Amino acid sequence: MSEVIDVSKLDRNFKYQVINEPGGEGLLSCFACGTCAASCPVREVDERFNPRKLIRMVILGMKDEVLQNEFIYLCSGCYLCQERCPQDVGITELMTALRNIAVKEGYLHPSFKAQLEFVYGLGRLYELTEFDNKKRAKNGLPELTPVVDEVKTLLKEAGLSKFVEVEE
Amino acid sequence: MKYALFLGCTIPVRGQNYEMSARRIAKELDIEFEDIKEFSCCGFPVRSIDKEAQLLISARNLAIAEERGLDIITLCNACTITLQEAKLELDHDPELKKRINEKLKKVGKEYKGTAKVKHFARFLYEEYTVDKIKEKIKKPLKNIKAAAHYGCHFIRPTEVYKDFDDPEHPKSLDELIEATGAESPDYPDKQRCCGGGILGIKEEDALSMTKNKLDDVKSVGADCMISICPFCSIMYDGNQKKIEKTYETEYKIPVLYYPQLLGLAMGIPADELGFKMNRVKTKNFLAKVEGQDEA
Repeated sequence: MSEVIDVSKLDRNFKYQVINEPGGEGLLSCFACGTCAASCPVREVDERFNPRKLIRMVILGMKDEVLQNEFIYLCSGCYLCQERCPQDVGITELMTALRNIAVKEGYLHPSFKAQLEFVYGLGRLYELTEFDNKKRAKNGLPELTPVVDEVKTLLKEAGLSKFVEVEE
Repeated sequence: MKYALFLGCTIPVRGQNYEMSARRIAKELDIEFEDIKEFSCCGFPVRSIDKEAQLLISARNLAIAEERGLDIITLCNACTITLQEAKLELDHDPELKKRINEKLKKVGKEYKGTAKVKHFARFLYEEYTVDKIKEKIKKPLKNIKAAAHYGCHFIRPTEVYKDFDDPEHPKSLDELIEATGAESPDYPDKQRCCGGGILGIKEEDALSMTKNKLDDVKSVGADCMISICPFCSIMYDGNQKKIEKTYETEYKIPVLYYPQLLGLAMGIPADELGFKMNRVKTKNFLAKVEGQDEA
């Protein structure tokens, strides 16, 4: 990134918002050594995803750029960076914290929204159709049924029903 | 001993060969599984949306096993980390536990912290033990090179698995493979992720990660790859043909679940281990396994 950062557009409180979010506590320990970027299997295939750069952006207060960009969703959650980080920043957890903040700010990635709809509506990520259960029976496996009500109740308790457009 | 079998979402629909083979070898090894219909998704998909919502769903599942006085055995790496981490966090943070239990009351559940969670492969390694597995081998898989793929969430993060295997240089799955008589080769970047975590976010990046790994496995001439996670298998087995087409290359590397490999070595017929459901054809591989019988 070669463009100049406009200091007036930075949100200096963003870093405090992040360290107060579960998973974000280690943010300020980062001394930018780059072990995370060197370990990252996603960065190996897509240069746009760079955990070190992302951490600097968060600390600088580039809130909009961080939360509106695709790359906080590109972390595959493999924990290699987290294992190797000499400062215990907890980078994988930090990615979860950033995603959770994005949701609190009103943005839910379409992929996660789709998953939420399934879990909310079925209690599972995949629908178990009659066909699936027939196949299961053929393979000598027990029948499975959806577990809806209790999961739905809990997701409502957690305040997530507002993101789910399906009936209700 | 009896355990609650936690299947998760992916296995009952897209990994029935894993489920079949795991149940089959458990029967052979006198490990009893109880199926619990009330188990839901582990909570993993909600983690990126709201961590506490994930904890609620995880805690509900844990509470259900507790009510029955059973420990949980998982087959999926993502279910394993989700449930084990939830347990760790709830057991070490009384305030969090109180908050979660307050909400669990709405569905008549309470999380106490009495049920343990363990991945089936870890259970075989730590509790059943490699030595006892060796005693059950009837057809040692000599001349078979089976490349281990641990999958990230089986050994990482250390915070969750601190009493288990080395996160950088694990040996549990290699030893489990070698117990069958097969060779478990070393290969470059063995700890690399399958890419499954971002398949729904950016497919081309995810498949590119899967390709890197398949290249490394191919480079050591492996006869098959061994997985213990349904999502890793979707990437390597389910998407192998697509990757071959996209990158104009060829792998033809069968991807077996560990219980399938162990089952073969225990002399269980391939049909009973769900081999028909493997996406990459296993015919040549099985012929090689059978061939050495006559040799």
